[in-house]
Amino acid sequence: MLKYALKRLSQSIVTLFLVVTLVFLLMRLLPVEGYFGARSDKLTEAQRVAILDKMGLLDPWYVQVGSFYKNLAKGDLGTSTIYRMDVPVTEVIAPRIPYSVYFGLVATAVSLLLGLAMGVHMARFKGRFWDKTWTGYVVFINAVPLAVYLLFVQLYASDLLRLPILFDKHDPKSWILPAASMSLGGIAGYAMWMRRYMVDELNKDYIKLARAKGMSSSAIMLKHVMRNAYVPMAQYLPAAILATISGSIYIESLYSIPGMGGLLVDVIQRQDNPMVQALVLIFSSVGIVGLFLGDVLMAMVDPRIKYEKCEGAR
Amino acid sequence: MQEMENLSADLFTFAEFDAESGERTGYSDYSYWKCTVRVFLKNWVAVALLVLLAALLLFTFIQPFLPAQKSPTEIYNDPATGMQIRNLAPCKAFWFGTNSIGQDLWSRIWSGTRTSLLIAFTVGVFEIFMGIAFGAAWGYIRRLDRFMTELYNVLRNVPTVILLMLLAYILRPGFKTMVIAMCTTGWLGMALFIRNQIVIIRDREYNLASRCLGTPTRRIIMKNLLPYLVSVIMLQTALSIPGTIGWEVFLTYIGIGLPVSIPSLGNLVNEGRMIMMSPDLRYQLIFPTLVLSFITISLYMLGNAFSDASDPRNHV
Repeated sequence: MLKYALKRLSQSIVTLFLVVTLVFLLMRLLPVEGYFGARSDKLTEAQRVAILDKMGLLDPWYVQVGSFYKNLAKGDLGTSTIYRMDVPVTEVIAPRIPYSVYFGLVATAVSLLLGLAMGVHMARFKGRFWDKTWTGYVVFINAVPLAVYLLFVQLYASDLLRLPILFDKHDPKSWILPAASMSLGGIAGYAMWMRRYMVDELNKDYIKLARAKGMSSSAIMLKHVMRNAYVPMAQYLPAAILATISGSIYIESLYSIPGMGGLLVDVIQRQDNPMVQALVLIFSSVGIVGLFLGDVLMAMVDPRIKYEKCEGAR
Repeated sequence: MQEMENLSADLFTFAEFDAESGERTGYSDYSYWKCTVRVFLKNWVAVALLVLLAALLLFTFIQPFLPAQKSPTEIYNDPATGMQIRNLAPCKAFWFGTNSIGQDLWSRIWSGTRTSLLIAFTVGVFEIFMGIAFGAAWGYIRRLDRFMTELYNVLRNVPTVILLMLLAYILRPGFKTMVIAMCTTGWLGMALFIRNQIVIIRDREYNLASRCLGTPTRRIIMKNLLPYLVSVIMLQTALSIPGTIGWEVFLTYIGIGLPVSIPSLGNLVNEGRMIMMSPDLRYQLIFPTLVLSFITISLYMLGNAFSDASDPRNHV
């Protein structure tokens, strides 16, 4: 187990390094306007070159990568050029992290709980009314783009439930809608996963044996089916984390939550290159950490998984 | 018991052993595609959706050639006052009303649907080809497997949305950018799917048996592998189109989608979103989303229905 976690960790670190370098190099392809900020029009050619030179953007790419990592080690991600001019990027981002983390965790927890409950409910009433109703919900969430149905959630749910339409950190009622919106997709994903798992599992021989020896249905559920259900749960977790990230970018911006996702949309619209770079790096790292945790969790609940057999094994 | 005794013996004859008829029982006129179509046609919801979707698509493409259609990009002025006809509710002249600068929403919706579908189909076709080519190579060539798997493990870590935003941000917004960004992110999942399927099916007993009997590789691929993959490929393609449309709406919202001068479903939804707070103008959001949702939901359900129908395990 420990050996697997360590190997997987080293893989993640290599991945992190590759992704960070790749993102950094991709960002170098950007037009340079994003580095001058509001002054852009007034600058002469010589001043532009001087600014770029000061930022080290005229060095060969490998020197830039080197100095980028040197600064990163000191916790320096550069300074914002447009969004908040000349303020260090880390200073802009730091106060926003708690909001994103809070909403992310709540959404993951809610979708896990409700999604699994819904999945079990569907499998229990397979082919009957509730199964069909929830299947309708899952199809709707999967088929209609997130960017569309969340608009309607914001528009009509706020009217219907008398909840505020925008986020206000002093008003606890305004936390409900964004958190609920963020969980909708996860609930559908977990429900579908769980239902398929339960239906498959209930037809297996060991369940038949348990029934034949006279175990009650609820005991079979608790002792056999649910216990094995941890595996598919853990399997779906990384995908759910990635889905929550993409949902949060849209939702934070939609409800004006002062989190990192909303900030990313803002700085992309204003073309603030250093900010975009820093946020993209943070989001990619979250993705990598999420996948790492998911894989380790899976190895913990499923003793059959070994590193050698993890990916692409024959 | 009584009746048994009444039966006369000449009703019974001995059956002759016939080698030919023994062979005949193994024969069935099973045809893969015939069976797929038959199973699909049994699902009346899917058939109804298929007809409706086909009608909608046909209409989308012949709409500009119909009589009395307005231009999707022209701004209409009121002849009496010379002012733009802004935010006019649906009426006889403008079937779906006008938008905030006086363009005809009806023709914009169909024009936008054309644009979005064009992007979606382009990306979808590209994904199929890249997915099959890379997936097949990945699944068949064992030496490539390790490298591709490592590559996949690196790429799958970056959330699609981040990669998509980054690419759309670096390249300037436009039709090409959109297609390039989505092609870059989309094919990988498809390739993994195909690779997994090939690895699973390739060494199954019936394929080993075919190989032992000297069946040519081409025939094995056509008759043994392809039928399994068709369902997967169709499903992935059907799901990729709603996905692409969704990303288009998302990127447009962020401001790195298509320029506003080109009507697309993303642009229309975004225009509708900006004025959704006034209840009288919500028709500008609702009409495009209705068309968009119908397309995505029916494609999703059709994809699933066809994938079920084309799965040989459902052919009995």
